[in-house]
Amino acid sequence: MRYLPHTDADRRAMLDAIGVGSIDDLFRDVPVSARLERPVDLPHHMTELEVERAIGAMAAKNRHAGSLACFLGAGAYRHHIPAAVDHLIQRGEFLTSYTPYQPEVSQGTLQALFEFQTQVALITGMEIANASMYDGATACAEAVMMANRLTRRKRAVLSGGLHPHYREVVETDARWTGFDVVAAPPDVAGVEDLAAMIDADTSCVVVQNPSVFGHVRDLSPLAAAAQKAGALLVVVVTEIVSLGLLMPPGAMGADIVAAEGQSLGNPLNFGGPYVGLFATREKYVRQMPGRIAGETVDADGRRGWVLTLSTREQHIRREKATSNICTNSGLCALAFAIHLALLGEAGYTQLAALNHANAVRLAEKLGQVPGVEVVNDTFFNEFTLRLPKPAAPVVERLVRKGVLGGVPGGRLWPGKRDLANLLIVAATETNTGAEMDLFARALQEVL
Amino acid sequence: MDMSQGRITRQETGAPLPPVETASGNRALQQEERLLFEQGSPGRSGVDLPPVPDVPDRLGGLRRKGPIGLPGLSEPQVIRHFTRLSQKNYAIDAGIYPLGSCTMKHNPRLNEKLARLPGFADLHPLQPISTVQGALELMDTLARWLKALTGMPAVALSPAAGAHGEFCGMVAIRAALEARGEGDRRRVLVPESAHGTNPATAAACGFIVDPIPANARGRVDLDAFKAKLDSDVAAVMLTNPNTCGLFEPDVVEIARLVHEAGGYFYCDGANFNAIVGRVRPADLGIDAMHINLHKTFSTPHGGGGPGAGPVVLSEALAPYAPLPYVVHGPKGFRLVETKEKGTAPFGRLKAFHGQMGMFVRALAYMMSHGADGLRRAAEDAVLNANYVMAKLRDVMTPAFDGPCMHECLFDDRFLKDTGVTTLDFAKAMIDEGFHPMTMYFPLVVHGAMLIEPTESESRGSLDAFIASVRALAERAKRGEAEFFRAAPRLTPRRRLDETRAARQPVLRWRPPAPAQAAAE
Repeated sequence: MRYLPHTDADRRAMLDAIGVGSIDDLFRDVPVSARLERPVDLPHHMTELEVERAIGAMAAKNRHAGSLACFLGAGAYRHHIPAAVDHLIQRGEFLTSYTPYQPEVSQGTLQALFEFQTQVALITGMEIANASMYDGATACAEAVMMANRLTRRKRAVLSGGLHPHYREVVETDARWTGFDVVAAPPDVAGVEDLAAMIDADTSCVVVQNPSVFGHVRDLSPLAAAAQKAGALLVVVVTEIVSLGLLMPPGAMGADIVAAEGQSLGNPLNFGGPYVGLFATREKYVRQMPGRIAGETVDADGRRGWVLTLSTREQHIRREKATSNICTNSGLCALAFAIHLALLGEAGYTQLAALNHANAVRLAEKLGQVPGVEVVNDTFFNEFTLRLPKPAAPVVERLVRKGVLGGVPGGRLWPGKRDLANLLIVAATETNTGAEMDLFARALQEVL
Repeated sequence: MDMSQGRITRQETGAPLPPVETASGNRALQQEERLLFEQGSPGRSGVDLPPVPDVPDRLGGLRRKGPIGLPGLSEPQVIRHFTRLSQKNYAIDAGIYPLGSCTMKHNPRLNEKLARLPGFADLHPLQPISTVQGALELMDTLARWLKALTGMPAVALSPAAGAHGEFCGMVAIRAALEARGEGDRRRVLVPESAHGTNPATAAACGFIVDPIPANARGRVDLDAFKAKLDSDVAAVMLTNPNTCGLFEPDVVEIARLVHEAGGYFYCDGANFNAIVGRVRPADLGIDAMHINLHKTFSTPHGGGGPGAGPVVLSEALAPYAPLPYVVHGPKGFRLVETKEKGTAPFGRLKAFHGQMGMFVRALAYMMSHGADGLRRAAEDAVLNANYVMAKLRDVMTPAFDGPCMHECLFDDRFLKDTGVTTLDFAKAMIDEGFHPMTMYFPLVVHGAMLIEPTESESRGSLDAFIASVRALAERAKRGEAEFFRAAPRLTPRRRLDETRAARQPVLRWRPPAPAQAAAE
């Protein structure tokens, strides 16, 4: 077995050194009734080539996004990742190290996390950020629970523009950890008035910008209304590239930003692993969940980094912790940090502008297809179409023409018949003009 | 005539060298590296992008105003920056990483290669199901392996990490209790030696945590446990093998008793790597157990994640498993994303279907080992831990008698009256070229040092580690406390002031204030 260094002679010598006759003697605390005498009924070990063939065969059964013209978004976006990102995150010193509990031998990870936190704070327009969460949806749920703690209230108002999967994750936590959720109906037109839903029990208002339907809104009035009522504004961002062009949540009065960072540095991966971003105001730091890297000095007075404020965390506070989170998304956060470092200010803003311009061009082309209506006035790189028939079968037919033509309403809101004709379509810098023409032509043919 | 051409021809001997001062602050391969934000220039980028087409914008007047403040660097600068940072990290690739309870074993590179196949890495989670049959097959295959290895009938794949898996399992227990009309059972029994995530999770799910003491042998005190069993007990949360590195010999009895009392048995599977292939947790009577794929099945820890924490479930809890999940039907694989008849899913745990990238790696690890190799890996892990304990027991103080499982636990009695603490000892190990063991955990032992070598270490590697630890233990006993207090000396940074970091938090870089900048 190629991963196990011992020879039988090593094992014999080591058992002798321990002073036992066989390996079974080391398992003597296992009750007799629970001892397996032979290997479980699964295949035996395989060579590298055999494993590659078996798993490669499964990969080959998928039609990956790059083999078609991909216009899918709704919480996961296909962007080009510079080769340097994957090269750097595969360095063993990053890939095969643990959470940086021993800072003297983890300064690399810690400095990278400190840089990541700074990047997240800068692009969201917030004061501080943590070292990552599992994904955008769990970051969103953690933001609601943090708002509940800060306001000592237990009622969250969720926008109808919030990704329905994010809403479901918040509802799971609400049901089983004990708080209330008031969810506005799906806001297809981007005109909902959430301020009217805020009352004296509201801990926070959760709103996604751009919304799951793609609308871009000025959240400043909502921030003012929430804060006037003693509630916090939680802003969710599922497409982090948008902040290269759009006014950041911090500038609109957000108290907490919960975002999905997948778009930078991380491939689609069929939904995971991704990287949750979490940013807030400095005064709320002691209620923030998750790991935080902080600056300090060493015994010689030189600048260095450590994990800090751990008195919030489960390994110190146990049942009184702000969250049970332990392992998070370190390597995905590193990939994010490297991609954004490569882009820099100029690259990040240009990437965002390219995404927007491509979406504008695509909306123009698709809006000309007979029977298709573009729902949005405003959007970043994603918008909603209303088709004359249910979108799910249309999407299946588009695949046969080489197009992944968006996410049908029926997939995100199963059973909601009034949303079944909606199609959420995204364009990124990866889409060519020829792909957009193909999409428009194919859509006309299948409708 | 000098024939050496400048080469050293004779080894200098004599007095030890004085500390080296360099003009740069660098120490050969250890290079000082400023923050990204202190070295970029605006206008530069490491990514070339095409010009932006000139189209009217649809942003509704919400365009960002003013600069963001991100630095601009070219690709070579970014590569050098992160390469230098990486060189300040210890890693499994560099040596033994004996962090007890963390299972830092070798990360096979085949797994990295397979996870990057476009057929997995370039799949959108919301593609039509007809285009992702191979991905669902992989998830189904992983589920089959996890069920066979644990003997359990069901598994929820979506939890993102161990603690997320605990949440999944404990919520399933609450859902099952509510379905039985016994939602008022709220007490959860948790041993004092448990990972901090256990009480944190139980409390988050609305349970009341009731600690169970350990006995003198480092196991659950069975009498104390029995005394706590009552009609308000929802569950026991037990790590097995436990965090002292010991198998709980009464585990079958504990399961029987908690079931008899109407509660469930949540097993923390963080240490499943010690028994995989030799014990099926189903045969111990568990109802739920998370499996840290980043421990037992070697997906890389990545400096703090991503992990994955699938949860196996008993018949009693399976109907409450979260959405989504994969089923196999007449037309191939399906992804169930809404409640179906005969099930009562407790909800959704994350945006999409789970940590697919980790599933690929874990399955590659399992298939590479096979049923025989997984069992062998568990045996070698246990052998290595017992070998380390046997070779150190005369100079250190094992916390408990008898063989251990995959990790061996020492307390700090051997440091009594030396002036050396567990922390000092750990820091001295760093100068020896090793990552320290887990310190001060579990909490049931004074000054705990928990060593988990894993099966990846050769006998030679273990012997080198043992020799260094022995030398340090002897040095401590010789009264050289100052040597330990000054450690580490040879790292990029010496001991860091954690108190200052917490009292005066600096959590991000900020541009220097203009007045200061002018003065500099």
